[in-house]
Amino acid sequence: MSDSEWPLWEVFVQEKQGAPHEHAGSLHAPDSEMALQNARDVYARRERLLSIWVVESRHITATTPSDDGPFFEPGNDKAYRHPQFYKVPRGIK
Amino acid sequence: MEDQAKLQIFQQRIDAGEKIEPKDWMPERYRQQLVRMISQHAHSEIVGMLPEGNWITRAPSLKRKLTLLAKVQDEAGHGLYLYCAAETLGVDRHELFLQFLDGKAKYSSIFNYPTLTWADIGVIGWLVDGAAIVNQTMLAKCSYGPYSRANLRICKEENFHKRQGYEIVATMANGTPEQRNMLQDAVNRFWWPTLMMFGPPDTDSPNSAELMRWKVKLFSNDELRQRFVNLTVPQARAVNLTLPDPDLKFNEETENWEFGEINWDEFWSVVRGNGPYNRQRMRARRNAYSDGEWVRKAAAAHAAKRKNNVA
Repeated sequence: MSDSEWPLWEVFVQEKQGAPHEHAGSLHAPDSEMALQNARDVYARRERLLSIWVVESRHITATTPSDDGPFFEPGNDKAYRHPQFYKVPRGIK
Repeated sequence: MEDQAKLQIFQQRIDAGEKIEPKDWMPERYRQQLVRMISQHAHSEIVGMLPEGNWITRAPSLKRKLTLLAKVQDEAGHGLYLYCAAETLGVDRHELFLQFLDGKAKYSSIFNYPTLTWADIGVIGWLVDGAAIVNQTMLAKCSYGPYSRANLRICKEENFHKRQGYEIVATMANGTPEQRNMLQDAVNRFWWPTLMMFGPPDTDSPNSAELMRWKVKLFSNDELRQRFVNLTVPQARAVNLTLPDPDLKFNEETENWEFGEINWDEFWSVVRGNGPYNRQRMRARRNAYSDGEWVRKAAAAHAAKRKNNVA
């Protein structure tokens, strides 16, 4: 039994109240509870964290580099989506 | 033909200082070089636990014992960050680990020297971790995203290692004549092997040019070695230690500390497995792996049991 036969988990940590959970790294563990325990030992040894999420890597559906382009097109031609598009009377903030 | 075009775009991204992420197209050779470098780095962190682990039970005070325990735990964590970074390149962590246990994969030659006295622990923190920081600070800026991030995390922790080492050194330097002698002896034994940590000279380093073109490495072995020597000589002088090199002298013009010839025969001999402690280190790793079998089994059994209870 080797640890790579255990599933891979992605670890996300929240550093302060109101901050987003950020990807910290990954690890192998036989189940979610042990993944959480190991994540605490590995990624929370120094700074105090508020929260940790672990998710099995295979459950993450992600874009691929070839999605760069149309998939991420922000639609800059739709100027009406931005506040600068609208005129307000002078002196009004 | 298509590959040539891809290669060109890849090189342009590198030149523009962009980071490469796991799913991006990359030349096969870039991928292989990274797997080799990252796994060697990971193995080095794991072997690095051995010379220090040797002193945990004999540390001279509770405070020193606590620090050393924390430091050895950090090395295990660093190994983990790095194995995970290697895995993003599509290799299996267990495969890498088996190559290491079989002696097929290399690790830093410095860990094939024994730690004979407590002074060695101070000197390792100061010199060996100091050299590692110089190297890893560069690698934290490398072109491969996951490796760069792993090194960033490592560097934050490595500073503690170096400072705890230098504190031990400074304490012993102000101690009894016996302690001073012990310390000087440790410096004499570790100085040259530490300089070898940066790898062979640029004239004899076949991978360097390619790695630098891809910004996996940002400086050459000799440049990093020089940077380390320039940082370390003043630290040695501050605690009245001498470095075992009669040729060491300051060049006013280049502002470099010039040093004598490194014994590359010794370096290659240790790399090939004939250093003073290569066999002991390998044996300890294999024993740790087989003796730890029950822990891996227990974890799996515990997970299976919990799953059944839930179901």
